[in-house]
Amino acid sequence: MSAATDSPARHREKGRYIGRGLPRPGAKRLLAGRGRYTDDVSLPRMLHAAFLRSPYAHARLGAIDVSEAAAMPGVHRVLTGADFSAICTPWVGTLSHFKGMRSAPQLPLPLEKVVWAGQPVVMVVAETRAEAEDALEAIQVAFEELEAVVDLDAARAPDAPRIDADAPDNVLFRTRIEAGSTAEAFAGAQSVAVDLRFGRHTAVTMEPRATLADFDPSEERLTVHQSTQTPYQFQDLYARHFGLSEARVRVIAPDVGGSFGMKLHVYHEDMAVVGASLLLRRPVKFTADRMEAFASDIHARDHRVRARLAFAPDGILTAIEVDDVTGVGPFSAYPRTSAVEGNQVVRLIGAPYRLTDYRADLTVVAQNKVQMSQYRAVGHPIACAVTERLVDLAADRLGLDPFEIRRRNTITDDMYPHTTPSGYRFEKLSLATCLSRLHDLMDYPRLRAEQAALREKGVHRGIGIATYVEITNPTPAFYGVGGAHISAQDGCVLKLTPAGEVQCAISITEQGQGSEAIVGQIVAEGLGVDRDAVRVLTGDTETTPSGGATWACRGAGIGGETALQASRKLKRRILEIAAAILQAEAEALDIREGAVTDADGTPRMTLKELANLAYYRSDLLPPDVSPALTVAHHFAPRGYPFAFTNGIHGSLVEVDAETGFVTILKHWVVEDCGRVINPLLVDEQIRGGVVQGLGAAFFEECRYGETGQLLNGSMTDYLVPMACEMPDIVIAHVETPTADTELGAKGCGEAGTAASSGAALNAVNDALRPLGASISQLPMTPERILRALDVI
Amino acid sequence: MIEPQPVAVTVNGARLRRFVEPRVSLADFLRQDLGLTGTHLGCEVGACGACIVNLDGQPVHACLMLAVQADGMRIDTVEGLSESGELAELQAAFHARNALQCGFCTPGILVVARDFIRDCRASGRKPTRAAIRDALSGNYCRCTGYEAIVDAIESVAGAAPMREDAA
Repeated sequence: MSAATDSPARHREKGRYIGRGLPRPGAKRLLAGRGRYTDDVSLPRMLHAAFLRSPYAHARLGAIDVSEAAAMPGVHRVLTGADFSAICTPWVGTLSHFKGMRSAPQLPLPLEKVVWAGQPVVMVVAETRAEAEDALEAIQVAFEELEAVVDLDAARAPDAPRIDADAPDNVLFRTRIEAGSTAEAFAGAQSVAVDLRFGRHTAVTMEPRATLADFDPSEERLTVHQSTQTPYQFQDLYARHFGLSEARVRVIAPDVGGSFGMKLHVYHEDMAVVGASLLLRRPVKFTADRMEAFASDIHARDHRVRARLAFAPDGILTAIEVDDVTGVGPFSAYPRTSAVEGNQVVRLIGAPYRLTDYRADLTVVAQNKVQMSQYRAVGHPIACAVTERLVDLAADRLGLDPFEIRRRNTITDDMYPHTTPSGYRFEKLSLATCLSRLHDLMDYPRLRAEQAALREKGVHRGIGIATYVEITNPTPAFYGVGGAHISAQDGCVLKLTPAGEVQCAISITEQGQGSEAIVGQIVAEGLGVDRDAVRVLTGDTETTPSGGATWACRGAGIGGETALQASRKLKRRILEIAAAILQAEAEALDIREGAVTDADGTPRMTLKELANLAYYRSDLLPPDVSPALTVAHHFAPRGYPFAFTNGIHGSLVEVDAETGFVTILKHWVVEDCGRVINPLLVDEQIRGGVVQGLGAAFFEECRYGETGQLLNGSMTDYLVPMACEMPDIVIAHVETPTADTELGAKGCGEAGTAASSGAALNAVNDALRPLGASISQLPMTPERILRALDVI
Repeated sequence: MIEPQPVAVTVNGARLRRFVEPRVSLADFLRQDLGLTGTHLGCEVGACGACIVNLDGQPVHACLMLAVQADGMRIDTVEGLSESGELAELQAAFHARNALQCGFCTPGILVVARDFIRDCRASGRKPTRAAIRDALSGNYCRCTGYEAIVDAIESVAGAAPMREDAA
């Protein structure tokens, strides 16, 4: 099966691994139940933590009586805010390049107020989790309930209760982007407008968050096993906030059961677990149960976007105006801020099109809900849905086909490099190619004919398409310039072992997407060795070089390039040694299939022979030739501030006008992530992304009551897409490699999520149009569809 | 009261005796008392399917029953089913098709898929993709788009002589 998914652009020569759909070596371990997730790790003298959580969304903290709990069997310590404020400096979720942004300082446990229902208030550390939970029931906390700020728009009202008493209002950040004059563009032009609402949803990683901190006072060493995608970031944070030596803080992220951006934010429980281990000088573990995950993992999206689009009678789009209001919970997440989501919305709207005038306002408001922050395809689904809905409305107004209006307006191949009105610079995209590929892939005319025929029979099918542009390969412009200690470079240490095999330690991390697999392929091809001879290590700050890790679609593009350059460096090193041994010129030698060869491929010596000599008989090397067979390489992108993956989705749905249920019949994706390293992995990652986007479109919503209570915080109440609800997903690739790197890869992990909900929104509205109805709220639940149809 | 109770079970072929608090779930017992960490806890309410193991040959949610209820019964986890080779065909298909990413849901899916294929073979049915998707409706996967999982199961189900499913 895998052979069928090989990239057609690549020859299947021996030693060629980049572009081949090879299975992941590490997957065998997971299939055998031999994964090692954080909760699987058990240490001698390990204690377990449980948290008493606030039942109120907003309350002042009065007296906390822990005396009875502290005396219960198995309980070692009961800790409150004051215990941690003495050992941990507060964190503030702002970045300096978001001018005027503010957010309340945070500590592991609160001192005066709780600001969301589910906020941890008291921590019990006991012999077992069950004993810790028993003790929670004996704790008395005097809460004085305050009025909660729940609704997005109500939170902005002048008389709204303040979440941060010191702040003038509940607005954490505002920004405006302006290019050209939208006032002039809209004057006299035709226009369409939307008022779209996007519900909150959450990552629902199958493995909940887990942290096991182990402080060894004899060496002042802290080791933290943590289910995270960014171990270096946490190494820095724990060292800085607890006043430890960074070199003595080790963060190990073993197998990680899904992350999707959710496991790179700082959570109060993480800091409390580390603090508790420092105070108790023993290993302390906390694993969130699913209810705790719903009540404390970051939530995503939560936007109300009003926007309008101006266009000429010939269908040429000219200007967009946007007002995005996003609710981020009581404070901004740390260290990446909750402003990045909205910032990307207002910068990505309209990005695929040749607009002349643009204006966007972003307002980031606080609410008494779980913190909202970066989740897969940060901001992209909102920007895509808003843009693509506007474009479809314009097409409808003008009587143009959705493909035709996009054909008239996407940035054309002769316009690169191109700068959007919001300031993004595109090196080269393939929008027109993707558009026509999707048209063919869907067999669009046949679908439209089938749709028309079925409408005669009362079957309401809808076809929707959505073009997207995805930010990948971020440079320091993303976080570094804002003062965050988040690396934009990656590191790779490559070693030819004495047995002639290759060990590769790299700073990108693995959460199942296949980072280790693609790095192995890149190194094997770069070096000229068999793929099986390469062992890749990730996820441990003590055994891998520091770097950015895997987020924002940077693993393949930046980590992959680092690995490629490192393999070239090690190859040069090997050939220098080989040249000395073989009395040849290094330039006249090559490495193929694990052997040093002449330029024509004639084998001269195996890598095992060479390594043996370098390690054990270095006396035989000339004195000016080093025996070193370990190289380190670091790489940071220096060309365009970001690379951009692009593509287009198509969605086919059927709406039952009597029940409001939508059947998703089929979904298509044409994507261009530059050089495809492993199509087998890329395809299923895109499908996974599509399904998360379809979840947001139809099922997933964190529903709150008027007092800020999360009403559906369990997997029986919160709907995650299931196999039987999801369609087969057809994928095609266009490859436009970035010239900023030798590898040419861009990211693909967010491409599925970026546009699937927008395509679904257009598809449902296409189905509803003959019924004189439209929907403008995600998720598109049966109830909302029936309301749109005026049935209820 | 929560005094530990004696429990005798056969786990992955080995006969074991332990004292277990009555409130301990079968999943926690397997993971914490026996170190069989291949059984995963995703939701603890029987919705996600990550904890599914075989109990006397039938798939059950290990999070929904207590360890003491398994007294005298036979439990087979992903570790045992792997070592005995009963999952080998499925594991090979899942590997070739990359029908897993983070792998957290995978043990539960393998146990369910094995049971499903066994039923198909017993009745001589060759399942449709819709029937496979339906069989997986108690197993959530958050990483893949399910398609690779369906493909992998379909390829194993198609490997034996079967007739077309009516579903």
